[in-house]
Amino acid sequence: MRTIQAYVRPNGDIGIRNHLLIIPTVICSNQVCSRIVQMVPDAVAITHQHGCSQIGADKDRTFEVLAGTGKNPNVGGVIIISLGCEVVDPIALAEEIRKTGKPVEVFDIQSVGGSVKAIQHGVELARKMKAELDKQQRVPVPLSKLKVGVKCGGSDATSGLASNPALGVAADALIESGGTIVIGETTEIIGAEHVLAERCATEETRAKLYHIVDRFEKEVDRMGADMRGGNPSPGNIAGGLSTIEEKSLGCISKCGTALIKGVIEYAEDIPETGLYFMDSPGNDIECVSGMAAGGVHIVCFTTGRGTPTGAAVVPVIKITGNKKMFMHMEDNMDVDVSDILSGTMSLQSSGDRIWQEIQEVADGKLTKAEILGHQEFSINRIGPSL
Amino acid sequence: MVVDERDHVATALRDLAKGETARIRRGEDLLSIELLEDVAFGHKIAVKDIMNGKDVRKYGEVIGRATIDIKQGQHVHVHNIEGIRGRGDQAVKEAHA
Repeated sequence: MRTIQAYVRPNGDIGIRNHLLIIPTVICSNQVCSRIVQMVPDAVAITHQHGCSQIGADKDRTFEVLAGTGKNPNVGGVIIISLGCEVVDPIALAEEIRKTGKPVEVFDIQSVGGSVKAIQHGVELARKMKAELDKQQRVPVPLSKLKVGVKCGGSDATSGLASNPALGVAADALIESGGTIVIGETTEIIGAEHVLAERCATEETRAKLYHIVDRFEKEVDRMGADMRGGNPSPGNIAGGLSTIEEKSLGCISKCGTALIKGVIEYAEDIPETGLYFMDSPGNDIECVSGMAAGGVHIVCFTTGRGTPTGAAVVPVIKITGNKKMFMHMEDNMDVDVSDILSGTMSLQSSGDRIWQEIQEVADGKLTKAEILGHQEFSINRIGPSL
Repeated sequence: MVVDERDHVATALRDLAKGETARIRRGEDLLSIELLEDVAFGHKIAVKDIMNGKDVRKYGEVIGRATIDIKQGQHVHVHNIEGIRGRGDQAVKEAHA
């Protein structure tokens, strides 16, 4: 049995990082969280713009992303910092994350007595929790426990011809090992959904896949604008992509060739083993944040134009098929598979390189985005601010 | 580079200049196509004539439709093809019609 070195959580989940996570329930707590992180090296804060003036499914989505990020197995402990009057319930959030068995602290700025006291209280809690996390050791766990998200962003013509097919080879390797792959970006299967639909394991999954694409396209109709210019973006177009259909047809190869076992909602828990589709926007940070909230350990991210993006609690492995960009932005790129296009490297060996990188990153190797401190986080919204 | 034999377009794997002859592998065939325009790395070249309004294929699938007649050897991009899907602009026009 192939193994990786990972942290084992009280509920049996495995984590490949051991983050102390600081969660503001609302935008009003961001500054306090940021200050705490400045004084506690290696703690991560997921500051965001939401948490108040929200209702219904939109409010629920913010809650689910915050809870899911706290529950992500790469997180060892959590501190929730509330203002005290917002719509996201901090106690319910703490209870949801505590279901995993990991330590969770929660307090609010209004009760503690303002920013200065909240920062002091938070730093004291964080240092204590961090000291406990630092005592934990990695142990060998089965590779089959690994869940990996596949994403593309800042795409150009090389994405569809090289990096996405190569990532698909690595995705197949993980699934053959008993692991889990999730692909998202509902926007970016428009025009290619019929190809993925043929690979859905059940009629119900196929119907759901068509349903989420239709739902998305109706939103575009409601906006009354051509998608082109927004997606494909100006950068995609400069890179040679002409339409959303062309972009989509290049996108879908990154999830490999397995059957799609299910279509899940944004930020929903990702089931174990096999391939799943998460309904999400193509927007890089919102999509990756939704996957992290769903429980992925790693996101593999292909790009042709070049993007620095990382994520708050999961390593993001950056893969490119564009040699010129790789040379130009090497400090952001982890794997170069551009030799597929010069004909000097096979698709299979390029996929093997990505597969190797996934296993090394799972064992603790830092990605370029982690080294540079990229910890992007963003929550998808589906309703108006009140 | 041509992905599928049904494709109307090839992708340039380096910057190509007007007047150059591009050598393109399509399945077993080796095509030689003279470029009527400059085509940058990653951009598309028509490998056959495409009539205005006709579907355009890459990866063997439809990526959009031609908005003017396109000649073999021309650059194929947003100036001469359009997307068919995600066209909220057309939904608005239809609603007002």
